[in-house]
Amino acid sequence: MGRLIDLCKRKLGDTVLSAHEQHGDETVVIRKDALLTVLRWLRDDDAMKFDFMMDLTAVDYLGTRARSERFEVVYHLFSLKNNHRLRVKTLVADDDPVTESVVTVWVAANWFEREVWDMYGIIFKGHPNMKRILLYEEFEGHPLRKDYNIRKRQPLIGPEN
Amino acid sequence: MENRHQLDLNTELMVLNMGPSHPATHGTVRFFIKLDGEKIIHMETEIGYLHRAFEKHCEDGTWSKAFPYTDRLNYNSAPQNNVAYALAVEKLMGMADKVPARTVYIRTIMCELSRMADHYTNLGAATLELGALTAFLYFVEARELTWDLIESVCGARLTSNYVRIGGLASDLPEGFAGKVKEVFAKNRVFWDEFDKLLTKNRIFLDRMRDTGAISRDDAIAYAFTGPCLRAAGVEYDVRKASPYLAYGNVDFDIPVGTTGDNFDRYLVRMEEIRQSERIIEQCLAQMPSGPININDAAVRNPSKEEVKSNMASMIFHFKNTIEGIQVPKGEVYVPTEGSNGEVGFYLVSQGGGKPWKCRVRPPCFALTQAMGHMCKGSFLADIIPTFDMINLIGGECDR
Amino acid sequence: MGVTREERNIEAALGDSVILTQVDKVIGWGRKYSFFLYPFITACCGMEFMSVAGPRYDLDRFGAALPRFSPRQADLLFVVGTISHKQAPILNKVYNQMAEPKWVFAFGACVCSGGMYNNYSTVQGIDTILPVDVYVPGCPPRPEMVFDGLLKLQELVANERSSKWPRGKSQYEPRVKR
Repeated sequence: MGRLIDLCKRKLGDTVLSAHEQHGDETVVIRKDALLTVLRWLRDDDAMKFDFMMDLTAVDYLGTRARSERFEVVYHLFSLKNNHRLRVKTLVADDDPVTESVVTVWVAANWFEREVWDMYGIIFKGHPNMKRILLYEEFEGHPLRKDYNIRKRQPLIGPEN
Repeated sequence: MENRHQLDLNTELMVLNMGPSHPATHGTVRFFIKLDGEKIIHMETEIGYLHRAFEKHCEDGTWSKAFPYTDRLNYNSAPQNNVAYALAVEKLMGMADKVPARTVYIRTIMCELSRMADHYTNLGAATLELGALTAFLYFVEARELTWDLIESVCGARLTSNYVRIGGLASDLPEGFAGKVKEVFAKNRVFWDEFDKLLTKNRIFLDRMRDTGAISRDDAIAYAFTGPCLRAAGVEYDVRKASPYLAYGNVDFDIPVGTTGDNFDRYLVRMEEIRQSERIIEQCLAQMPSGPININDAAVRNPSKEEVKSNMASMIFHFKNTIEGIQVPKGEVYVPTEGSNGEVGFYLVSQGGGKPWKCRVRPPCFALTQAMGHMCKGSFLADIIPTFDMINLIGGECDR
Repeated sequence: MGVTREERNIEAALGDSVILTQVDKVIGWGRKYSFFLYPFITACCGMEFMSVAGPRYDLDRFGAALPRFSPRQADLLFVVGTISHKQAPILNKVYNQMAEPKWVFAFGACVCSGGMYNNYSTVQGIDTILPVDVYVPGCPPRPEMVFDGLLKLQELVANERSSKWPRGKSQYEPRVKR
């Protein structure tokens, strides 16, 4: 197991649901309710010092997992000082797609979270402006969910095709 | 006394809508601006006008079918996106070290050529929008010459679709090194002319200096990467921090700014063009010979002659096309240095021939997000150079 | 400039000091060399449009050099790059704001048909919204193709009848008012 995973496990205990290392990328899956505390610690701790939130996205595992673990919200963190990276994930349920917003930790998360709401329909609690960003307000549904057909069009003007 | 004067004046704020089809914004974006006179009190940015379902298309097709879509992310530097995606898939398949050395070098050259083309376009378009048409003409021609090189390698000027998983579509043409030398000699003249016209130009300095500035800490908090982060004084470049391709074997410098304003961003880009030339020249000098494709029929299609004469090759060709290259279950994030900043592909495979998830980290998405922060308190006219220097590329920002 | 052989004979008989023609022909001849274009640039094709307008390919040679950034001053709408459903009402508005006569130039595969992007967010060709005069496919088209398209458009304009105008507003109203 990787060094960062060890550090996380030692500090966070059972908040870490699982962890794995693939192709040199270290990943920890953490409990949703502890998300903000953990991310704040990752940002501020000297051994971690993840000052960059490089990427925030979600993955829809419809049909391959239990519905209570349908979505994963994925954070890619990078530390300038220590030059290391960590992937942090939380699980979000299908019938309650809500998780904490991390805008208070990294201001960069603002648009990334709006994009995840737009594409996957995951609500970020505490977000200052939870609106669609890439699509238009009249759009119904969330296109990157696996049950949205790629060719289901909802034009504002003009015919369906 | 002064306050009372202000009370007497009618100081109603004006709300201005800039865009989405505005002549001075390349790329479609909309700004809602609250103005006090000419001063920006608040600014909201709306994007998404070029959302073309990049991720959904990748999930819809096989692993190789994603390449043309990656071209159209940052269309100014298409080969970089190709390379970034190929690197991610190769890492996910655990064959990153099996890619032939020649391919690694050619990929590096293509990345740097497209970085040059990207910076030429960005700086040229920026000066055009600031009213300096002459400078624009120089850099458009410099870009044409760079595109001629790219075209001689892969046949396309803009959307190259050049890289393949485990290899390349074609080898370098004969006499490529000589052509590069010729083009660089011409481009240096254009570069010098451009430099003379602008870098000490009073009007240009007034528009660029101290406008759109961002502090080092804010730049990090907003997840800035690339030239805009380096202009703010942070020495971070993926090519140096975690060298990939052939960047570990060549000698080059990372230009870093001090104030993080538009002028520093301009200077960083100008210098990066020079450094890219250096990298390409070294790569050409070190260029190894050998094959350009990985020797594995399940990954890289056998040659056409083999496909037509050998049954096994035929089967692989068929399976690679119809079912797609088989990628084992797993996930990977590979960061690369794009022209605008960190381009990172996050791929998830559930096994099989199609990506389960193909996410790209768009550098200018994070940059555009900070537009409101950077423009607050400055003048309306400062939006133009700031927006130029963050170099929003619709295809990448909206995907 | 006589249009038929008969007319040309009459012109010759009068020592070529008289021109027999039709008003439509003269107007068309004038129009075809003085396009004022409105570049509606959204995507990748815009990079190629920069080349077309740049020094090497030089759109100036065809009398279509001066971009007007107000639709009210333009008569040729260059639609350059993918049009998404979010963008479509804006394109529609720009078209309706242009004074007649006006022509539409579809630059690139996405504008012609949606191109590679057959998905939930992309308009499958702008001719589902507007009348299009010239289609130039290619992803993106090379500058030479654009010039070919422009020459075709000039030919079309030269042979137009005035009865074709006005064409009126585009046939689609936004489903949602903004």
